[in-house]
Amino acid sequence: MQWETVIGLEIHAQLLTNSKIFSAASTAFGAAPNTQACLVDLGYPGVLPVLNKEAVRMAVKFGLAVGAGIAPRSVFARKNYFYPDLPKGYQISQYELPVVSKGSVEIELEDGSSRRIGITRAHLEEDAGKSLHEGFEGISGIDLNRAGTPLLEIVSEPDMRSAKEAVAYMKKIHSLVRYLEICDGNLQEGSFRCDANVSIRRKGEHKFGTRTELKNINSFHFVEKAILYEVQRQIDVIEGGGKVVQETRLYDSKKNETRPMRSKEEANDYRYFPDPDLLPLEIAESFVSEVRKTLPELPDGKKQRFMRAYGLSAYDAALLTASRELADYYEMLVQAVGGEAKLCANWVMGELSAALNQNNQDIVQSPVTAVMLAGLLKRILDGTLSGKLAKEVFEALWAGEGEADAVIEKKGLKQITDSSAIGKIIDEIMTANPRQLSDYRAGKDKLFAFFVGQVMKATQGKANPQQVNELLKKKLGAYS
Amino acid sequence: MSLTPDEVRSIARLARLAISDRDIPRYADNLSRILDFVAQLDKADTTSVAPMAHPLDMSQRLREDAVTESNQRELFQKNAPQVEAGLYLVPKVIE
Repeated sequence: MQWETVIGLEIHAQLLTNSKIFSAASTAFGAAPNTQACLVDLGYPGVLPVLNKEAVRMAVKFGLAVGAGIAPRSVFARKNYFYPDLPKGYQISQYELPVVSKGSVEIELEDGSSRRIGITRAHLEEDAGKSLHEGFEGISGIDLNRAGTPLLEIVSEPDMRSAKEAVAYMKKIHSLVRYLEICDGNLQEGSFRCDANVSIRRKGEHKFGTRTELKNINSFHFVEKAILYEVQRQIDVIEGGGKVVQETRLYDSKKNETRPMRSKEEANDYRYFPDPDLLPLEIAESFVSEVRKTLPELPDGKKQRFMRAYGLSAYDAALLTASRELADYYEMLVQAVGGEAKLCANWVMGELSAALNQNNQDIVQSPVTAVMLAGLLKRILDGTLSGKLAKEVFEALWAGEGEADAVIEKKGLKQITDSSAIGKIIDEIMTANPRQLSDYRAGKDKLFAFFVGQVMKATQGKANPQQVNELLKKKLGAYS
Repeated sequence: MSLTPDEVRSIARLARLAISDRDIPRYADNLSRILDFVAQLDKADTTSVAPMAHPLDMSQRLREDAVTESNQRELFQKNAPQVEAGLYLVPKVIE
């Protein structure tokens, strides 16, 4: 049986405001428990929520970036559920009239193709606090610092057809909110979280199957693994003659499995109704156009420009524009080198990215600045360094041993480009290896590599490879 | 409208109210009568009326994004039955 996977994602992005969405308490991460939980966050009787203008501005910014409509009038609703990390007994959210309506984003897949994924809506809501269970017996400790932190919940259409597409979409939204500077995108600290709605149907069928909702997915890697596990589980259930039950399931990354989260009788019964404490939110056209003016160049636009201005492939351009910081680094590098866009791209995506990954560092933490790397690339371009020597210099730059020119000087890494010097070394090697020489001249072509190796060994890899090749061909072939 | 005993139990659970089985018929009767009373509104023709989100004909005032609340944990936690290490303690709730 051929099955098709259908996935929709709900992404919660914590907005980068200073204060909470409905109170003037701080949203800073990592404070001592409950030191940033005021009366509004604690749900004391008689307090009233007052909406944060900056949170609204950020939601509008996102809406504009995904080509969505901005509701001139939207409404906050109470979503009722009992849980101690939300002391009011309800979460203030938006239900029927969200601030951001239909939009879409384009995702790039590994095979170079792209797909448009619909965004159903995005709405403002408040985050809950945290329950801590470890170290307590039969009780939970509650920290309400996070309660009331503004969230933008971004709901996609069920447009994704594989775990890989879901990852690509999640990365796209992640890149977008960081470009817009409305969310720091920190998955470890939980400021960017994802729930996945997953169902399967027979290939060719139009009706959706019963879906399950996977919670608690806090990395790009886990979103893929959780979906792959869940799809296989659903296939097994159906092919075993059973039925998929609509439920919320928790992804356990340690065991790589999903399991039911809320019991069936507790089935979600949120009883949404308009929050009488908050008046309808009205957003004027003038507010929207002011926000529009603050929109930066977005990933898609930047990608197009990189392809046009630097002659990069779609794939390279997409990689280099994945984050604003990486794109900025690249542009600074090209400027400092004075062109050579492709060479710059290769070094940023090659040596630099590899070193960053290996050290688990972000581009802004790179010990090798764009200007430093430019100093190195210039020495490749003027023939001072071969590719191999350049890698050695890069390692020295990374280790903080100074600028490229200083490193080249100190380590004596200058490439040998003097033809007569290389020629002399070749002559010596030919004299020292008469047997190989006669074998080569008798037709053993493979021995060419032997001679290249010998020259490189004699020069500690510093001889210019092209010159070595040319001179060797000339000299070895001289009497054949 | 007549609520079943199970519906009454479900409503009580959602409201976190412990009610005894003995009282269920009485609650069912009372709640059903409240619903019947409100149901009279269904008779009104609202086809040309926009849903009302708030009885006041005003829009939401927005607050500038500034932190003005200071840490008053000590004061607030005097009202809590049980605290430890800055945390509010509650009966264990875990999925």
